Amino acid sequence: MNYDLVIIGGGPAGLAAAVAAKEEGIDNLIILEREEELGGILNQCIHNGFGLHTFKEELTGPEYAQRFIDKVNELSIEYKLDTMVLDITEDKTIYAINPKEGLLEIHAKAIILAMGCRERPRGALTIPGTRCSGIMTAGAAQKFVNMKNYMPGKEVVVLGSGDIGLIMARRMTFEGAKVKAVVELLPYSSGLKRNIVQCLDDYNIPLKLSHTVVNIHGKERLEGVTIAKVDGNRKPIKETEEYIPCDTLLLSVGLIPENELSRKVGVELSPVTGGAVVDNHFQTSVEGIFSCGNVLHVHDLVDNVTLESYSAGKNASKYLKGQLRKGETIKLKATDGVRYTVPHFINPSTIEKDITVRFRVGDVFKGAAIAVYFDDTKVLNKKKRILAPGEMEEVKLASDLFSQYPGVKTITLKVERS
Amino acid sequence: MERRELTCIGCPMGCTLLIELDENNNIKVTGNACKIGETYAIKECTNPTRIVTTTVKVIGGKHPTVSIKTDKDIPKDKIFDCLKELKGLSVKAPINVGDIIYENILGTGVNMVATRKVESC
Repeated sequence: MNYDLVIIGGGPAGLAAAVAAKEEGIDNLIILEREEELGGILNQCIHNGFGLHTFKEELTGPEYAQRFIDKVNELSIEYKLDTMVLDITEDKTIYAINPKEGLLEIHAKAIILAMGCRERPRGALTIPGTRCSGIMTAGAAQKFVNMKNYMPGKEVVVLGSGDIGLIMARRMTFEGAKVKAVVELLPYSSGLKRNIVQCLDDYNIPLKLSHTVVNIHGKERLEGVTIAKVDGNRKPIKETEEYIPCDTLLLSVGLIPENELSRKVGVELSPVTGGAVVDNHFQTSVEGIFSCGNVLHVHDLVDNVTLESYSAGKNASKYLKGQLRKGETIKLKATDGVRYTVPHFINPSTIEKDITVRFRVGDVFKGAAIAVYFDDTKVLNKKKRILAPGEMEEVKLASDLFSQYPGVKTITLKVERS
Repeated sequence: MERRELTCIGCPMGCTLLIELDENNNIKVTGNACKIGETYAIKECTNPTRIVTTTVKVIGGKHPTVSIKTDKDIPKDKIFDCLKELKGLSVKAPINVGDIIYENILGTGVNMVATRKVESC
């Protein structure tokens, strides 16, 4: 099988990338999706709040997905479901498997990695206690409740305050469970503020910041957890231990880009994001392989995934048409409170319009500003009332900046307190 | 004069809204980045409402459930009555996005509509 473009993953990133590439005239393309339907994680995110930027209305996850699925069908973009990619080689041969066709060997001229991310499981945390049932990730519980019609439990504690945990605290409450607490190790929540308000505050669910689960009790089934306050070094304080009876512990402790395939093909990964290192075209260190969406870096908003993936799809089609020139690159440096940037470097020879640089900060900053330096010259100062690690930020670098500062070597992003 | 601080839930920006209520119940909103914030703040102080999303059982479908939502926001204090009303409800496949699953819930004039497609099996 030969394709110009193969997109791995049929979630919001893959769908948007496919639509963009097709609109740019790439006809010989295919989406490979592991699940039995397109749409990815959006299918189980039945809450509203998606698409305010993209569609100027508030949609639920499945509705947002359906708009793109309809578009994919309208444009007659080919896709294979139930199809798991096993390996990618450097010459862009993809090995995939599905129950109907068996093992597939697909040759691609360009590949877009859009595999999304995965939740950090219990094994990634060091909570002592038994391995009883009733402990699962918030996303697993979301799938049980919303897709399979099973309630995982009646009395719930949520560890971690990521958005899925907050959403599930409300969802479990709606289905008759008692959510006793959301326990967060850090002194701030990693979830969106609006979710704290409309998922916890609305239902009087306590959010315990600077707390963690220190013990898990129960033999066959979870019976309770011990929580404790933590000190400045995130060490539990013994005297503050408190036992909470519960039959379910949901984990919402972070998302990890799913880059096993990227690693296999030798794509350079960032230790900060866990995703690929890319240029302003979303091209990875392997020529012709692009990356976008949550597999590149974890987003808060699907709207941003869509924008980014549209851009990746467009750029992949430019690559296929031989329009991406190689050249000297400018490094983007994240420092003083800025944890990372995407892209990681810029190829100035092919800049047509403003470049959106997305980033996250490493701490909560109030009344600070985001400063951008071209080498030692400050070119941008964006005042922010509040900056928090839970909210992705962006700055736009105007295309004429690059003609104003030719030969710039490094672009630095930092947080400056005013 | 009464002052309240709210976080806007109109979009993911989550603006911090400062609300000043005077004796005549005039409401002044600051801190909002757009009109949505003002509308939300006024509503939240007078008649707070929410969109409710949940699922109901499907009979004869490719999926056991269908996700649904209120097609307009409903008063916050009616959320649990609304969920109670839907308890035990099941619908027959096929279902399309936008299909009305339950009409005029609790007499609010708001319908519950499907948010996903479920084909028959």
